[in-house]
Order: sequence, then C-alpha cells, then structure tokens
Amino acid sequence: MADAAAVAGADRIAAAFADHGRRAALMPYLMAGFPDRDGSLAVGEACVEAGADLIELGVPFSDPLADGPVIHTAATEALARGATVDSALSVCESLSARVPVVLMIYANPVLARGAERFARMAADAGAAGLIVPDLPHDEAGELRAACDAHGLALVPLVAPTTTGERLASICAQARGFVYTVSLTGTTGERSQLPPELSRTVERVRAAAPVPVAVGFGISTGEQARRVAELADGVIVGSRVMRAAGEGGAQAVREVVAELAAALAAD
Amino acid sequence: MTGGPRSEATVERRFGDYGGRYVPETLVPALDELEGAWLEASRDPGYRAELARLLRDYAGRPTPLYLAERLSERVGRTVYLKREDLAHTGSHKINNALGQALLARRMGKQRVIAETGAGQHGVATATACALLGLRCVVYMGAEDMRRQRPNVERMKLLGAEVEPVEAGAGTLKEAVSAAIRDWVANVADTHYVIGSAVGPSPYPSLVRELQRVIGEEARAQLLEVEGRLPERVIACVGGGSNSIGTFVAFYDDAGVRLIGVEAAGEGIETGRHGAPLTTGARGILHGAESAVLQDEDGQILEAHSISAGLDYPGSGPEHACLRDSGRATYEAVTDEQALAAFRELARLEGIIPALESAHAIAWLLANPGEEGGIDLVTLSGRGDKDLAEVLARG
Repeated sequence: MADAAAVAGADRIAAAFADHGRRAALMPYLMAGFPDRDGSLAVGEACVEAGADLIELGVPFSDPLADGPVIHTAATEALARGATVDSALSVCESLSARVPVVLMIYANPVLARGAERFARMAADAGAAGLIVPDLPHDEAGELRAACDAHGLALVPLVAPTTTGERLASICAQARGFVYTVSLTGTTGERSQLPPELSRTVERVRAAAPVPVAVGFGISTGEQARRVAELADGVIVGSRVMRAAGEGGAQAVREVVAELAAALAAD
Repeated sequence: MTGGPRSEATVERRFGDYGGRYVPETLVPALDELEGAWLEASRDPGYRAELARLLRDYAGRPTPLYLAERLSERVGRTVYLKREDLAHTGSHKINNALGQALLARRMGKQRVIAETGAGQHGVATATACALLGLRCVVYMGAEDMRRQRPNVERMKLLGAEVEPVEAGAGTLKEAVSAAIRDWVANVADTHYVIGSAVGPSPYPSLVRELQRVIGEEARAQLLEVEGRLPERVIACVGGGSNSIGTFVAFYDDAGVRLIGVEAAGEGIETGRHGAPLTTGARGILHGAESAVLQDEDGQILEAHSISAGLDYPGSGPEHACLRDSGRATYEAVTDEQALAAFRELARLEGIIPALESAHAIAWLLANPGEEGGIDLVTLSGRGDKDLAEVLARG
C-alpha cells in the first residue's frame, strides 16, 4: 500500500506538469494565514481561478532563513494573527481539491511533530508534496522515507552553488520535481534574472529524472516567459505575496492572470 | 601555552544526535569548503604559528588565572577566576575571531560578516578584520544596539559597518538570522564568523577548538599553582563558547564537575528567560539541532535576559549532548541574581564582570558547596559595556 500511496502525490504533480498546455507550469506561492486564514484561502482560490497549475503553500515559521523581507513579514503577520500548522493544513485541505498543493515548511515545525506524524498529517490534508528549505539532502533521509510511505513527494532544492556530485545524488532521490533556486540569495523580487540562470537550469535538467521548476527572484510576466524557455515550471512567491498584502485576492488574481498570459502557448 | 587548536582537530557532524546542518542548499558547499579549509589550516604549522603569535602578542594570552581571595572567603572555597576579561577587546571572543579571520583570509574571502548580541563578538571580529585588512559587516539587533551603545561605537571606530536588525525583538536571534541571510546571498566572497559554538557543522567544532585555549591554559595554570584539579568548573552559557572552550579541557578528568549557567531572566516560571538547556525541548535553530525554546507548534520563542549575550533561545549542540550524557550540568540564575553578583564582584575583587560572566559568579554565590574545595570560574568578559544598563536598574 505504501508504494501505491507514494505514487499518488508524485503522480498528481507529474500530471500538473504534463497537462498545463502552457510554455511551463505556473506555480504561485502563497502564505497560509496571510493576511488571515480565510484571506489566504481567498488568495489561493484567486490563484487557481487565474490559472495556477500547482500551488506552493507556505506554512508560517518564526525564523524563515531562506526568505527575504516580503515572505518573512507575511509569516510574522500570519503568526501574530494566530496562524498555526493545523490552520495552514486546513487551507491546504481546501485548496488541494482543486490543484496539487506542495507545502513549504521549515524543518523545526516538522521535527516538533516527528517526520512520520507530520507526513501523515500533510497527506491527510491532501498535500501532494513537501518542500523543506532548511533540510538539505544529507539530513532528509528520515523525512523522505516518511513521505514515501504516505504518498507525499519530498521535493528537493538545488542551488547555483550545488556541486556536480551533489546534484547527481540530490536528483537521484528527487520526488515530484526539482526546485531550482535561481540565484544565491533569499526569496524576493529582482529586477533581472541572474545571468548564469540558463547554465544552472541546464545542469539540473541533465541530472533530473523529474520536471525542473525554477523559483526565487521571478516576478514579471517577461521574466516568467524567459524562465519557461529553460524549465518545466515557474514559481512566483514574493510578487504574489506583495499583491496579497497590497490588494488582497483581487490583486493576486490580476498578478497570476498576467503571469499565466505570459506563459500562454502561441 | 601558546594556544590554538589541537593539531588533530576534528569536525563532528553530530554530537550524539544533536548538531547537523539544517541550512538552505546554497550554503552546503560553503560549509564543505569551510570544513576542508579548517581541517587543513589546523594541521598547518604556518597557520598555527601565526594564530599562536597573535594570541600571545596581540590578544595578550595567556590570560591570568587569578586567586580571588575575598570571593573565596565569602563562599568558603578556593575560587580561581580565568581572566578572559583581560584579553584584548575585553572578552574571550577575540580567540575565535582571530582564528576565523585568519581562516577567511586563507580561503581568499575578502568580506567578513558577524552577528553580535552584547557587542563583544562584533567588536572582536571588527578588531580582527581591522588587523588583517578585511571588510567587516556586523548584524546587531536594534534593541541590543540600544543597550550596548559603547560597543556599537567601538565597532564603527574599528571600521566595521553595523547593520541594525529590526525584526522580532531586535536581539541576538534576529541578528544571527540576518547574518545567515547575508551569507546565503554573498557566499562566494564572504566568510561568516559565527561568534558562538552554535550553527551548522563545522561551526560548533571550529569555535570550540578556537576557544579550548581557555580551558587548556586554566587547567595547566591550576596544576602549577595548586598541584591538583578543581572540584568544579563554572562558566556562563548563552550559545556556549566560553563554557565549551573551558569544559573541553576537563572532559577526561572524571572528578571535575562541569557546570554551565544559563539566564533565568525574570524567572524560569515566568517563561521570560534564556535557559534552553534547563527547560527547552529538542529543536532546530540556526542550522543545528539542539535544545531550543519553542512553543508546541514548533515556533521559536523569544528569549529574555538582562544580558544581551545570553538573550538567545538556542544553545550549542555539544552542550545538549553533554547535558544528556550527564558530563555537564546546566542551571540558571535570574537577572536579579546576576545584577547582585555584578556588584558583589566589583566590591570584593575590584573586577567589574560582563553581565554574562556575572551569571557564573551568581551561581557560585548561591551554591557555595562544601567548604575547602577548589572552583574555577571563567570570567568571560569585562563589564564596562554594561554600566549604563546596570545603572538604569538603580
């Protein structure tokens, strides 16, 4: 049963990457509980209606080391308004009926419950996969086994600094897709894509048996379109969260629709 | 007694099941590079000789071991103070800062970043960078900049940029997070000089090796004057670098009790404290698994201590391991006890200790133990920086 279940999350992710009918799959990021629980659900629904193929759903954490100011602030505000891991999973449960949801959660809230228990909770909430940005490959064995047993894809991250040997072992254990961090830095909008991006993505594609999505620093339709020439998926976080903070679900709908239009096939 | 790391320095990936490397993937290759550079440097006679020379001629090592006679009389035991407050820049932090700055230069990294709580590590790093001609950026919580004003001015005078960190409570936890984010973005040309025995591997091992000079000197000095080892070795613990550097020299001396003193802040029962080893659960903070103050949801809690250097919700992973094995014990004293000890040491011995170090003295005053034994207390730093904070409390 475990093996059959293991296929489930990865299968839903694979289908989303195969069937989008665009230049690349569009994966907006949103923070569960920001601006509040219901507000984040509305933001998620706006993402789906505007064309999201998958959703990366952030679970707020007090000390998000991989995140820049926009997402850090969203997490802090969500926690101040009472967001918890359970309430984030309830947002996941609602959204996962419509698109595959990949949870982004830091290692400590996972450890606080134990890998096995958290994987079961996430699977029960309908998540298709997990991204843990401060759990590098070498530390991920126990959680990967728990995710496999519960039908969750543990999606690894690779960075421009990842060496060739590491890249091979990370990709060999990848589930769902490989999250390629476009730049050396934290999340956040940048005016330009990093010049070495195509080389970075080419290296990852050559090593990865699953789709390759790119995130960090992508905010405009033009940037998304250029990334789509290189990769199978485009992840946009800080731009979406900035819109959520400034104009709520309606503003998010407009941003995601613009990104979806930029990724439309000719 | 020239100091520096053991020539057989090793790097532990884990201490028992604590430690590890819980960092964004971007940093993993940098940690590998640092581990390799450190293992190589620690075996290189050239590096070792240069560090030993700087520790001796520049930092003023060995620091004295001082028989505190009036304090001894007060507690009914023989109390020796290891005088790290007399090291250059006023604390033990210079030992680590010099070693890591030399390592940064060796790795060809021209830019150095550091976090600081009380400002002692920031000053030590700024000093080492001035000496070696490296660019230095120090992250410091906005609240800590307020309560440690003189050290902010000192860092600027030494040519460092001080970056205020407004997030959260504006204390050490946020300063470490900001430094890690900087490192993620600038890893190619930047070395992160962590100031305590915390963080992802190899830092806890690296910092311990650079601080073991404290314990090795003190042990040899005690044997010379007393002809025997102490019953108790006492040091304060925030992240735990002066304590681990002291304790490590006594690991194999089974008769020597090792006592780490944490910050009980306003009282353990109030929840407003900085005592993760005394009260905290297993958790991951700033790249390592250790004892961490957190809520049941796994969110990290703010620490509280009058002492900026102990105002931290985590602890070094080796301390968590020493606690579990029973080799060391960890206890906590309150802000009030530390303030009283600060004043008492000033009047008894003419030594104004850092508020961090005052916690170790406070524990000694509250736990005199059996008459006639020998205690070693590491006085990790001097207290000039704390005068405004102490006077404000009346």
